[in-house]
Amino acid sequence: MSADATELRIVGFLCNWCSYGGADTAGVGRFQQPTDLRIIRVPCSGRIDPLFVVKSLIEGADGVLVSGCHPRDCHYSEGNYYARRRLEVLKRFLPILGIDPRRFEYTWVSASEGQKWKTVVSKFTEHIHELGPAPRLDSEACAQAAAIALQGL
Amino acid sequence: MKIGVFVCHCGSNIAGTVDVARVAEEARKLPDVAFASDTMYACSEPGQEGIIEAIREHNLDGVVVASCTPRMHEPTFRRTVERAGLNRYMFEMANIREHVSWIGKDIEANTGKAIDLVAMAVAKLTHDKRLTAKKFSINKRVMVIGGGVAGIQAALDCADGGLEVVLVEKTPSIGGKMSKLDKTFPTIDCSSCILGPKMVDVAQHPNITLYANAEVAGVQGYVGNFEVSVNRKATYVDWEACTGCGQCMEKCPSKKSRDVFNEDIGTTTAINIPFPQAIPKKASINPEFCMKLTKGKCGVCEKICPTKAIRFDQTDAEAVENVGAIVVATGFDLFDHTRYGEYGGGRYTDVITSIQYERLLSASGPTGGHIKRPSDGKEPENVVFIQCVGSRDKSIGRPYCSGFCCMYTAKQAILTKDHLPESQSYVFYMDIRAPGKLYDEFTRRAMEEYGARYIRGRVSMIYPKGDRYVVRGADTLMGAAVEVEADLVVLAVGAESAKGAPQLAEKLRISYDTYGFYMESHPKLRPVETNTAGVYLAGACQGPKDIPSSVGQGSAAAAKVLALFSKDQLESDPQISEVDIKRCVGCGKCIETCPFTAIELTEFRGQPKAKVIETVCQGCGNCTTTCPQGAIQLQHFTDNQILAEVNVLCQQTLPNYG
Repeated sequence: MSADATELRIVGFLCNWCSYGGADTAGVGRFQQPTDLRIIRVPCSGRIDPLFVVKSLIEGADGVLVSGCHPRDCHYSEGNYYARRRLEVLKRFLPILGIDPRRFEYTWVSASEGQKWKTVVSKFTEHIHELGPAPRLDSEACAQAAAIALQGL
Repeated sequence: MKIGVFVCHCGSNIAGTVDVARVAEEARKLPDVAFASDTMYACSEPGQEGIIEAIREHNLDGVVVASCTPRMHEPTFRRTVERAGLNRYMFEMANIREHVSWIGKDIEANTGKAIDLVAMAVAKLTHDKRLTAKKFSINKRVMVIGGGVAGIQAALDCADGGLEVVLVEKTPSIGGKMSKLDKTFPTIDCSSCILGPKMVDVAQHPNITLYANAEVAGVQGYVGNFEVSVNRKATYVDWEACTGCGQCMEKCPSKKSRDVFNEDIGTTTAINIPFPQAIPKKASINPEFCMKLTKGKCGVCEKICPTKAIRFDQTDAEAVENVGAIVVATGFDLFDHTRYGEYGGGRYTDVITSIQYERLLSASGPTGGHIKRPSDGKEPENVVFIQCVGSRDKSIGRPYCSGFCCMYTAKQAILTKDHLPESQSYVFYMDIRAPGKLYDEFTRRAMEEYGARYIRGRVSMIYPKGDRYVVRGADTLMGAAVEVEADLVVLAVGAESAKGAPQLAEKLRISYDTYGFYMESHPKLRPVETNTAGVYLAGACQGPKDIPSSVGQGSAAAAKVLALFSKDQLESDPQISEVDIKRCVGCGKCIETCPFTAIELTEFRGQPKAKVIETVCQGCGNCTTTCPQGAIQLQHFTDNQILAEVNVLCQQTLPNYG
């Protein structure tokens, strides 16, 4: 559980074949984890539209975690490569939308890696708790963030 | 829409740490939920009947079951709702066991999370559509990859069941690791006497096509209709013409060629038949050692061959096979002992591996079954066996137990005494793991009847002393250091995944674990199936296995193939992409993205449009993510369905941050 005992809202998008299976393996192994994360199952990490992540973060999620199969180990041959390209671009793009990119992370966890899944979830949850609840976006905050982003360019 | 929600207790698995009654109560408040209740075991007979009754009584349009992972029971519940007359895709699962009750002990937090997961499932279900499967025909041929004992068994069982079988073996002969063994535990059966006839059956079976010295190059297609390309490596001998007479071996002047079959104990000729019982019994040339191929001189075999079978200009050839199912039986490799520098790994001639020792024991081996030290050919007096070389050792990345080394070491200790009655065997071990039928009795025989001295503890180092070796280790039962002088040291090397296993897995689109062993679909209930439909596993490619388990799995995989082929048609999964022709602008981005070339461009009223080839689409949804128009949607995982889940999570139940 989090330090302040208040759950934050973390959305996880997981591919069915590797990471969702890894989360199952962690469950079967009774690896205790923080409860903040809720998992949305998709067939492949390549099915995750970056806009799902953006929408989650804009609409109230404090963090988004995406996890798929390890590169070279995709059930659909190369879906995770597509995912990697899209998500890497997304990570750089988030500040321009006024979103703290530290609230988003993508990882690779295979179906056999229950222990690794526990570590990923625990670390990410802890990390989001350090950042605290995400500020609700208003027009002023957006403008401010955009200005910061532009300075960085 | 009228949705029913069923919250499973799973005995105390869920109910122990989730307030299931409250989850059901909260679910009842959700829009579209017409019925919600909690149930002891949703998957049991009464549980399923309860769901069916509720569907009929409340005239439900869809069902959410909150229980275990959909990877376990989604098919079960889909059949349940179908029995009640609903479409099987009008069903969603909330995973409140693996993802909630088993990973947290806080009932309050768990209950809140379970409520959220149910709300998500309900939200998705409101966007679910009735989907129907299409039928397609099956090609009832099967490919078995790997000709070890597991692959041989799978091939024979399939062939006896009336199927056409293509067996692909990497090396020039089938037989695998078992063909290299002298005897087998715990019966001291002669290995080649029990395997040999099976190998001959493979060669003679009218339903089996054997590609030896060949590897799978690529796999296309899907269950029922795979297209596998096989690379048939050059042997420089026309196997149609070769009769296996062996005259070429007698005359070949390159007599110092590497002997792969005998594990480099001894040498062989550049053209050779790997062992007397080889199947197919055909000669092949090792191009690294053949003087004609390396230097352009020689060609003795060509002159002497009575059937004119030598082809120095032969090149690799490709064969394409269409099959409906694939059995993977690629086996394992043995650990490379040279990584243990302290054991003289590769430097000391008389420190050998267990499989090399096996060749020394074998009557068909390089010494004719006489135990001779590789260095000077003397019979050893003291033979020291060291167990767990490459097993149960985290420091070299092999933390797992290889399972069969305890047993083969006991067997080798027994055989050593049989061959050399004056000899003394010492076995350094960590634990004796002998759980099979008659296994423990067997290891006790090695100790009590054959006088092998078992010392519990690891060996720290081996060093030469004159023409002998000193093995220094610990006896952890005595609590003392021990030193044993040895004439021959045998390292009981453990098993690791076969070289190239991950590359083959990528071609087959199956998963492998951290160590490169292939992953079964379910560790308990689907041990020979993979997550890719139509691809099955047998033997040690899935993890270290002894002969009986490998044979058992070979038969099990064959049974799965026969069951699959008992139907004439299979149902395709309707969770595939669908093009909204009104939105599609024919840009072709989905075609470029699709990993399976399952989308093609067609014309509709003079406009280019994308079209999904239903049997080829695997349902990954990469096209859906790519489409700028949102025109191609993966059924059952549409944008609207996933966003409905996002909405529920992010908007409706936002916690109060105070």
